[in-house]
Amino acid sequence: MNPPLPLARHTKTLLVILCEAALEKALVRDARAAGAQGWTVTDVRGGGSEGVRDGIWEADRNIELKIICEAAVAETIAEQVMAQYVPHYALALYFSEVEVLRPDRF
Amino acid sequence: MSASIDVVVLFFLLGMFARLVKSDLRLPEALYETLSIYLLLAIGLKGGIELSRQPMAVLAPQVAACLALGFAIPFALYPLARALKLVQADAAALVAHYGSVSVVTFAVATAALGRAGIPYEDHAALWVAVMEAPGLVAGILLARWGRGRGDAGLRRRTQWGELAHDVLFGKSVLLLLGGLLIGALAGTEGTAPIRAVFIDPFKGVLALFLLELGLVAGARLPELRRYGAAVLVIGLGAPPLLALAGAATGLALGLSTGGVALMATLAASASYIAAPTAMRIAVPEANAALSITAALAVTFPFNILIGIPIYIALAKHLTA
Repeated sequence: MNPPLPLARHTKTLLVILCEAALEKALVRDARAAGAQGWTVTDVRGGGSEGVRDGIWEADRNIELKIICEAAVAETIAEQVMAQYVPHYALALYFSEVEVLRPDRF
Repeated sequence: MSASIDVVVLFFLLGMFARLVKSDLRLPEALYETLSIYLLLAIGLKGGIELSRQPMAVLAPQVAACLALGFAIPFALYPLARALKLVQADAAALVAHYGSVSVVTFAVATAALGRAGIPYEDHAALWVAVMEAPGLVAGILLARWGRGRGDAGLRRRTQWGELAHDVLFGKSVLLLLGGLLIGALAGTEGTAPIRAVFIDPFKGVLALFLLELGLVAGARLPELRRYGAAVLVIGLGAPPLLALAGAATGLALGLSTGGVALMATLAASASYIAAPTAMRIAVPEANAALSITAALAVTFPFNILIGIPIYIALAKHLTA
């Protein structure tokens, strides 16, 4: 019996942005405009150098926004975020490389 | 028992106490959401049932006065906030919270009036819905006032269209106005089948919501030390002054004793649900925690514990 063919994997960039929930709408709009095709949002809580954001009140809610896209698109989104939101909002972001199976979806 | 404190307020104190002793009590997020939707709809419905009986000639001046009062409050408070050494953005965002209103403070005031047997205009929920937005607009104008192009972070123009959408179709105004409309269309008879859910258990639900607010306000108390005197001075000083302006407006409109008390309460109350969200987007450079601490940890407890009884006494005195 032949072994199954290995799945073809393609490298993409995963951009993760942790921030105040108030930014969700604006960030998703910016990301789509920059060329991101999909995104995932989760409610999270945590803390950092500026204090604890425990999410017990509407104004304290936080999200994690994940975007898998081309490296250049992730770069563009991150540049915009750094320029526009970092000065006034609690926000952290990071990139990593991920492998996807259907590259046209990202 | 001669309790002068309304039973719902005791739930607020219980919540605050739980937070102070670091209890693990925490209301599930979904329940909090459910309770707030319920309260907004129920308040709207109750007001709507009465609304259909009011002639437009009575309502129009009331709506206009509420718009003007909500818009004027931030401009009146702003010099005080600046005198307390708050920077422009912080002062503007803070006074916007006071221009907007607190639905729960309003609900506690109606409960207090009900208990005291003082009648009030049943369509008062309309005033609440109208007073939600004007103060926010005024606050944003104050934040933008005289702003140059220089600062990179502030260059973003205020997106008024998006802001209007978020405020007018945000859950508070949408549910209040939706409830008002449904109540007005259905009337007393039409709403009879849903009375058992939306009208009768109102106070019990309000008590549960106040338990949650007590928890949140209690969590904010330690932050008072961080922001110092300005938050305390505005948080405790503004409500009585604004209540006078509200009472004067109520008198000018020829409202009943209960109506004058409610108008005073609305003017004195500070928003801690709609305003923080709107200000975070429109005035991002402002310190959000400062405004919330003043509105929720200082002004809200002050109003429901001390303010409302005073506003009712004031209204009695003025309309006597």
